[in-house]
Amino acid sequence: MKSLILLTGARFLVPLFLVFSLYVLLRGHNAPGGGFIGGLIAACGFTLYAFAAGVEAARKALRIDPRTIGILGLICALIGAFASAFTGQEPFAGVWGEVWGYAVSSVLVFDIGVYLAVFGGMLTLIFALEETA
Amino acid sequence: MSWLLALPILFPFCTAALSLLTRNSRWSARISVAGSVISLILACLLVGTVMREGVIATQMSTWAAPFGITLVADYLGAAMVLITAIIGLATAIWALAEIDDDTARMGWHGVYQTLLGGVTGAFLTGDIFNLYVWFEVLLISSFGLLIMGGRKEAIDGAVKYVTLNLISTVLFLCAAGLLYGATGTLNMADLRQAVADHPDQGLMTAIAMMFMIGFGLKAGVFPLFFWLPASYHTPHYAVSAVFAGLLTKVGVYALIRVFTLIFVGDQGFTHQILLWVALATMLTGVLGAAAQSDFRKILSFHIISQIGYMILGLALMTPLAVMGAIFYLIHHIIVKSNLFLIAGVSRRLTGSSDLYAIGGLYRAAPLLSVLFMIPAFSLAGFPPLSGFWAKYVLVQASLELEAALVAGIALLVGLLTIYSMTKIWAEAFWKGHPQGIEPALATISPRIRWLMLSPVIALAVMTVIIGLYPAPFLDYATTAAQQLLEPTDYVQTVLREAVK
Amino acid sequence: METVLALLSGFLVAAAVWLMLSGNLLRFLFGLLLLSNAVNIAIFSAGRLTPGTPPFLGDKGALPDAVMANSLPQALLLTAIVIGFGLFAFSLALTIRAYRSFHHLDVDQMRLAEPKEDA
Repeated sequence: MKSLILLTGARFLVPLFLVFSLYVLLRGHNAPGGGFIGGLIAACGFTLYAFAAGVEAARKALRIDPRTIGILGLICALIGAFASAFTGQEPFAGVWGEVWGYAVSSVLVFDIGVYLAVFGGMLTLIFALEETA
Repeated sequence: MSWLLALPILFPFCTAALSLLTRNSRWSARISVAGSVISLILACLLVGTVMREGVIATQMSTWAAPFGITLVADYLGAAMVLITAIIGLATAIWALAEIDDDTARMGWHGVYQTLLGGVTGAFLTGDIFNLYVWFEVLLISSFGLLIMGGRKEAIDGAVKYVTLNLISTVLFLCAAGLLYGATGTLNMADLRQAVADHPDQGLMTAIAMMFMIGFGLKAGVFPLFFWLPASYHTPHYAVSAVFAGLLTKVGVYALIRVFTLIFVGDQGFTHQILLWVALATMLTGVLGAAAQSDFRKILSFHIISQIGYMILGLALMTPLAVMGAIFYLIHHIIVKSNLFLIAGVSRRLTGSSDLYAIGGLYRAAPLLSVLFMIPAFSLAGFPPLSGFWAKYVLVQASLELEAALVAGIALLVGLLTIYSMTKIWAEAFWKGHPQGIEPALATISPRIRWLMLSPVIALAVMTVIIGLYPAPFLDYATTAAQQLLEPTDYVQTVLREAVK
Repeated sequence: METVLALLSGFLVAAAVWLMLSGNLLRFLFGLLLLSNAVNIAIFSAGRLTPGTPPFLGDKGALPDAVMANSLPQALLLTAIVIGFGLFAFSLALTIRAYRSFHHLDVDQMRLAEPKEDA
C-alpha cells in the first residue's frame, strides 16, 4: 500500500507519536499513563510508518532491532526490581534519589523498562506479521 | 528473607534476558544451563529455610497484606519450587542435545527460562490475582515453546492447546473477580476467613466450582483433558518433558491450594465432585493409553491417569490422603519428565516414535533400557520404587475411610499402567526392529550421548533414592499436609507480615 | 446500572459462545475476545459501581475531596486487559501461521496431530 498522503502524514505524525509517548510515560507516576500505554503509543507511531513506507524503511528508521529493544526493556525492568536490594528494602520497593534537583526513583527505571519491552515486543510481532503477509 | 522468596522467581527472568540478548546459540544455551544451576541453589536455600523456620512470607514493595502482593512459601510451595528447579536444570541440559541452532537463535532458551520463572511464581505467590498473572506468564511462554520448531503437527497441537487454555484462563479470571466482588480481598490467607464468614455460602460454592473448572482444565482432569493428548506429543521432546512434568502440576497445585486453604466450607459437595472426577480421570487416562501406539501419546494419557491419583488424595481430605497426594505430585514430576526424556533418546536412536515402526533398543542400548525400566516401573507402582510408596499411601488412605471401591479403582489403574508400560517395553525395547535396522548408538557423538543420558540417569537415581529411603520424603510430605489442612500457621505468617 | 452491566455481560457471553461454537478458528478467537470482555465487565461491576471521583491522588498525594471510586478492580481490569491483549495478539499470529500451514481455518479438519481415522 503506497499512498503519498499517508507517507507525508506519517512523516509528521511519527515524531508527534514519539514525543507524546514520552509525555505519557513520564506523567504516569501519579497520573493516568505509564510505561505500558506509552510503549503502545510509540509502537503505533512506528507501525504507522511501517504501513506508509514499508517494514524495511521502518526497520531502517528504528536502527536497532526491535527484539533487542524489548530485551533491553526487560533488563531495565529487572534493574528497577533489584534496585531496592542495595538499600536493604523489600523487592520492588521504590528507591528514591535526586538528580539535578529532580526526584528520580527506581520506579521510573522499571516503567522505562516496561515502555521499552512493550515497544520492542509489539514491533517485533507486527513487523514479523507484516513481513510474512 | 524477602529476597529469598523473590529471587527464585526473578532469577529465571534475569537468565532469560541474558540468554535472549546474545545472538550466539551456543552461549544462549550455556547461559540457560548456568542460570538453572543457580536457580537450583536458590531453591535449595529456600527449602532449607522453610524446613528450619516453618512458613515464611514477605510483602512486595512493603505494601502490607492483605492489600499488597504476598509471596509465601510453606512446605508444599518450597518443595514445588525445588522440583521445578531440578526438572528445569535436567531439561536445560537435555535441551543442549536436542535444540538446534536455528531454534536457539529464535530464543528458545530464553523463553524456556521465562516458563520456569512463571511456574516458580505460581508456586510462591500468596495472592489469587497474582496467581492469575503467573498463569499467564507461563502460558504465553509455553505457547512460544510449543510452536517453535514449526512442524505442521506442532501448529495443529498448539491451536488446541492455546484455545482451550485461554478459555480456562478466562474462567479463572472471572472466578477471581467475582470472589473479590463478594469478599473484598484477594489475599489467599485473608480469603480463608472471608470466605468462611460470607453470609451466602451458596455463592461461595458456585465460585469454587468456577475455580475447579478453570484449574481442572489446566490440570487435565476428566472431562476437560482433551487438549493434553492432542498437543503434548507434537513439540520438541525437551518441551514436552517440561510440560508433562510441570505444567499440568501447576493446575494440580492450584487445586490443592485453593481447596485446602479457601474453599473448605462445603466439602460434602465440592470434594465429592473432586472424588468422582479423580476416579473418572484415572480410568479414562489409563484406558486411553491402552489404545495408543505412539511413545509420547501413551505417556500423555498416563499423565492424565496419574493426575487422577493426586486429585484423589485431595478429594479424600484426610491427613494421610493429602500427604499421599503431595508425595505423588513430587514423585510423578520426576518420573514423568524422565520418561519423556527417554522417549526423546529412543526417538533419536530409532528415528520414530511409532512403537510399531521401531524396536531393538534393548540390544542396541542396554543402559537406556535399564533407565527406562526404573521410571516405568515406578509409574506403575512396583516396589521398591517411588511410585510404590505414593500408591501405597493413597490406597491405605482410601481403605481407612472404608472406601473399598476407590481403593479398588486405584489398584486396577496401577495394574493397567503396567500393561502400557510393558507394551512400550515389548515394542520399542524387546522385539527386533521390524525392518531389521539396528538402532546404532555409535551414530550419536559421545558429547550428545552424555548430554542426553546424564539428566536421565540423575532423575532415575532420584527415583531409586526416594524408593529405597522414603522416610524423609514421607515425613516432609506429612508436615506439608499438616500445614495444608491446618493452615493457621500459613494465615498467621502472611497476615502478621502486614503488622510489621 | 449494575443490572445493565450484568445484562451486557450476559449478552456478550451468549454471543461469544455462539461464535466459539462455529468451528472456524478466527470466529473462535473473536468469541474469545468477547468472552474476555464480558468477564472484564463482570469484574468491573463486581467491584461496586460508585458515583465517586476517579481514584487519582492530587498534588503531594492529597486525597480527592469527594468519595473516591475503588481503584483495585480498575487495576485488576487494567492488568487483565493488558494480558488479554497480549494473548490475543499471540493467538492471532498463531491463526495466521495455522492458515498458512493448512490453507483453511476449519478446526474440524485440523487432524494432523490426531490418530488416523480408519477409512
